[in-house]
Amino acid sequence: MVRRVDPDSRRFRDIVRGKIRENLKSYISRGELIARQGKDSVSVPLPQIDIPNFRFGKPEQGGVGQGPGEEGTPLGGEEAEAGPEAGDQPGEHVLEVDVSLEELAEILGDQLELPNIEPKGTESVHTIKERYTGIDKQGPESLRHFKRTFKEALKRQIQSGVYDPKNPVIVPMRDDRRYRSWKTQSVPQSNAVILYMMDVSGSMGSEQKEIVRIESFWLDTWLKSQYENIETRYIIHDAAAKLVDAHTFFNVRESGGTKISSAYKLAKEVIEQDFPPSEWNIYPFHFSDGDNWGGDDTTLCMNLLNEHLMPWSNIFCYGQVKSAYGSGQFIKDLREHFPEDERMILSEINSRDEILQSLKTFLGKGK
Amino acid sequence: MFENRALTPRLEELRQEIRGHAVEYGLDFFEVIYELVDYDEMNMIASYGGFPVRYPHWRFGMQFEELQKSYSYGLSKIYELVINNDPCYAYLMRSNPEVDQKLVMAHVYGHSDFFKHNEWFSHTNRKMVDEMANHAVRVRRHIDDHGLERVENFIDVCLSLENLIDPHAPYFGERARTSEESLEQARLAATGTKFEAKPYMEEFVNPPAVLAEEKERRLRDLDREERFPPKPERDILTFLIHHAPMRRWQRDILEIVRDEAYYFAPQGMTKIMNEGWASYWHSKIMTTRALDATEVIDYADHHSGTLGTRPGVLNPYKVGIELFRDIEERWNTGRFGPEYDACDDYSRRRNWNRDLGLGREKIFEVRKIYNDITFIDEFLTPEFCQESNLFTYKFDRQSGNYVIDSREFRQIKDKLLDSLSNLGRPVIVVEDGNFKNRGDLLLEHEYRGVPLKLDYARATLENLQRIWSRGVHLRTQVDGKKKLLSYNGSRHEEKVLT
Repeated sequence: MVRRVDPDSRRFRDIVRGKIRENLKSYISRGELIARQGKDSVSVPLPQIDIPNFRFGKPEQGGVGQGPGEEGTPLGGEEAEAGPEAGDQPGEHVLEVDVSLEELAEILGDQLELPNIEPKGTESVHTIKERYTGIDKQGPESLRHFKRTFKEALKRQIQSGVYDPKNPVIVPMRDDRRYRSWKTQSVPQSNAVILYMMDVSGSMGSEQKEIVRIESFWLDTWLKSQYENIETRYIIHDAAAKLVDAHTFFNVRESGGTKISSAYKLAKEVIEQDFPPSEWNIYPFHFSDGDNWGGDDTTLCMNLLNEHLMPWSNIFCYGQVKSAYGSGQFIKDLREHFPEDERMILSEINSRDEILQSLKTFLGKGK
Repeated sequence: MFENRALTPRLEELRQEIRGHAVEYGLDFFEVIYELVDYDEMNMIASYGGFPVRYPHWRFGMQFEELQKSYSYGLSKIYELVINNDPCYAYLMRSNPEVDQKLVMAHVYGHSDFFKHNEWFSHTNRKMVDEMANHAVRVRRHIDDHGLERVENFIDVCLSLENLIDPHAPYFGERARTSEESLEQARLAATGTKFEAKPYMEEFVNPPAVLAEEKERRLRDLDREERFPPKPERDILTFLIHHAPMRRWQRDILEIVRDEAYYFAPQGMTKIMNEGWASYWHSKIMTTRALDATEVIDYADHHSGTLGTRPGVLNPYKVGIELFRDIEERWNTGRFGPEYDACDDYSRRRNWNRDLGLGREKIFEVRKIYNDITFIDEFLTPEFCQESNLFTYKFDRQSGNYVIDSREFRQIKDKLLDSLSNLGRPVIVVEDGNFKNRGDLLLEHEYRGVPLKLDYARATLENLQRIWSRGVHLRTQVDGKKKLLSYNGSRHEEKVLT
């Protein structure tokens, strides 16, 4: 049923979307949205949406209050917000709006002009089933739900005092009628797995990790909007690789050398074990500062990529985060080995401001 | 969502009962139509300021989302919603228990009585529900003609200025302007005041230098009369409607925004009194008549919830009801007038009782002729401040906290009156509509110690400029310096005035 407020709510949401679009770059580089992530939505702080007017500035003047306390007793926390008004005005606060991840992905897609992904293989067909599970106020008479209609009419008559228990005649009106309605259920058939790999050797600092974290949040958001069923795996590595959960992935700090091949080897095992490439769209993302331990290991990496990872994956993305210690050699090696292959996507991320560009590089191919 | 908003038979019974009590107590109200709504309908109506028929605008959607969210997190719940209209409309939450419904009904009869009799509401439109619906039709028509985007942007601009009204303007008629002709005559007739004198004393009784000076002064006053506006104008919206270059539909929208701002202004001016009065009556009716013994605990719980205080925030319900009770008590016992005021014997004052019994009569009179400012000014007493634990607070830079500043009566009263004046908003007037002799608009912020929020002020100037179309300027004080903020349509300037 359409409520009177719906058009205005929709209009407000449009404006919110517009604002987010305008400020997407700063939202991305500040990374503040990640901490505000709920289950399906993100709470976005919107500073500039209210209508400006002439009003008093800092409420340093104070005001009048009520309650016990000596002179000089501090008032509790949130009252600090109250303005010089007597307290019936809302305190100043930044408006926060819940935006669903889907919407956020849509905004990201619009802004970066990302093409929709065409899942590989033939498995991407959805199975759609119709089930009569709902009740609606409109519908064909053939689908009329007699019991529900009767109940509505009964409720109405009792409420308005027309109902007489001695003579229980129930006459349904137009508004009382209820009909069976169907919902379409689609069974997901397109599966994808994201494999995040990150170098956690001593040369990756906290700023570098923060960049990876922000980048992965947006990659997740986008890919989730593209596939019905998505799995994520996290691999960290220094000289050896480990499969970890998301929390560890972003917070662990190791030291020691770097053997990239260890991560690739583990990725290969994970795929072989859980995600047969014929049924899964596979997205490995590898972030590192580009330092690898010796040429031998690099050769090993290239072999692994060539023979296993590359043929299996939709795209293979390597993001090189600039760090003070890394040599940045690895990206050059990759470029050399895969000059023509468009499944190999390379991006150098020197600072947070470049995250947006790097997202476009990674996702811009539509694969 | 239910479409049936009529009261259930049981609630209708209660309504008649409560209404009977209210009438017996002498309340005289606009008839109240109660509607039964769900929480989301309640939130919806509340987000439209009580009028479900208002024009479309995104901010209503925003308010709705905020209300929905805070309701679903259990942070807030709207108990009562009542519209100043004849008949009054009030909304009851379907899910409330009976005792709450009774409380709200009694409360609403108090509001309705206040709307009908308080002098400050005497100029409000009593058919505002219809009027709002008309506004909505007008706005919709403009949207059809000019497109949603353009109309909405313009409404945003107008809303940004909606505070710039003179809340007292409705109580005196339009200011008469002196006509050009009479001005010219006055100018010709302007002379100094001559006193009768013997010819040989003439030079001493009426010294020519003094006469010339006086004439000069009169002419200057007349010049001022010719300025635009003749006197600093507080009703800036009306000034803009009359003098700013706008398309007809834009003028129409600005008029709508102004009408609504004036309609809501008295509610801001009488917040403490209005809520105090309604709370006084719900408490009176419930505790002396309507309350069933089984409901006492729930009633007490909800009543104390309404009157709850947090440090730093003055609850208008609480201050209002207590002041009304205090007045009733004082007029019942005769604690007023010169004799009482002059008495400085503490124990005599405490036990003062003349058995006048004028209390009820007095509070009815008070609800008729006062507004929050005059109410506080007249009836806030040192004893009251002390008994109800009032204090002033200030910002303490060292601790970064608000701390209790003083419990001094004078200071509390001053601060309270300060915060109530002009509805707690800065006073801003049109000083000159032909500033710099090039049609610019000069506003003056009447500075009283609290500076403006500058980023907002600049954004507001931008909106003002869109209506005025020439440059706009605002004189104010920033960090103790007089400054002129200007916006000419493309960039902001800031100048220190000496």
